[in-house]
Amino acid sequence: MAMTKQQLIDLYFLDARARLIDLAAFLDRIERAEGEEDFRMTAFRRAMTELSRSNSQKARQVLHALSDPTEEPIEKAPGKGACGAWQGEVAK
Amino acid sequence: MRYIEPHGHMVSRTTDDYLQMVTAGCAAVCEPAFWAGFDRSSAQGFYDYFCQLTEHEPKRAAKFGLPHFTWLCINPKESEDPQLAAEVLAIIPQFLDKPNVLGIGEIGLNKNSRNELKVLEMHVDLAARHNQLILVHTPHLEDKFKGTKLIIDVLKNDRRIQPERVIIDHVEEHTAKLALDAGFWAGMTLYPETKCTAARAIDILEYHGTDRIWMNSACDWGVSVPLAVPHAALEMRKRGHPADWIDQVVYQNPMRFMRQSPKFILPGT
Repeated sequence: MAMTKQQLIDLYFLDARARLIDLAAFLDRIERAEGEEDFRMTAFRRAMTELSRSNSQKARQVLHALSDPTEEPIEKAPGKGACGAWQGEVAK
Repeated sequence: MRYIEPHGHMVSRTTDDYLQMVTAGCAAVCEPAFWAGFDRSSAQGFYDYFCQLTEHEPKRAAKFGLPHFTWLCINPKESEDPQLAAEVLAIIPQFLDKPNVLGIGEIGLNKNSRNELKVLEMHVDLAARHNQLILVHTPHLEDKFKGTKLIIDVLKNDRRIQPERVIIDHVEEHTAKLALDAGFWAGMTLYPETKCTAARAIDILEYHGTDRIWMNSACDWGVSVPLAVPHAALEMRKRGHPADWIDQVVYQNPMRFMRQSPKFILPGT
């Protein structure tokens, strides 16, 4: 690590602040809208709980919270795209 | 500044991109075969694509004084059809002696299916039989962690494969250690939305060190930034990293990996 905490805060705070407000606004937007949330938002909210941990592995833990935890290959690719959160065994 | 773009899909980019990359200090660009955004209808379509990668695109890059290298395969996104994959793999050997071909790539998995795994094994066998370097694509988003583990299992199970001749690309915080601890090289892709930002890529370097790791833009037809590597170099400078540290990541490391192919020769080196 080449920089001190103070230097990193000076460099990244405004960018992180903007992203935090964007995230809050995204959640507000979803909550204001009609209809139901899908599995992605369930995973998203679960992943957000990783941010309050005190270790320095938050990025890795958020990625794990959004990842397929299974180990066996699936029978057939359902398509080509990824949606950003694991839907679970039922949907496969 | 000097840098190597080790992963750029230049057939999808404009001449303006070539101009800007060279102006920013790009010394070479390496182009893995990939998915065109639509499925090719036959092996003949891949034959034409491989001609484009080995004959036409190097000439286009040369107009800007930029050495162009390539990797060949059928991309994991088109690997759900093993019959088509077998036909494509059968035509690859005739291109392996072309002067700009560095190896087999980008192979790997997309949705982690059994057919994708079978086609990955076919590619690994092809690379082993022809003593080729390997460039691996790891899956996107929620499929990356599982796919990276499956890919490493395939590579480790083939005793002909030397880990130091394989780069596992698109690693993030949850997969970098898997690749590096198994002895492979690791690549970080700098994407605005779906892979690493420059700041995160630098975090990963600070966690894991700068040995056996590179960064790339993977610029293609989607949302991507051809100058992502020099932009990340500027970010490294802002983070207080010295010039030789930056040069190792953006120039010396890709040079060291790709020089394992005798074809990777840059003017003046």
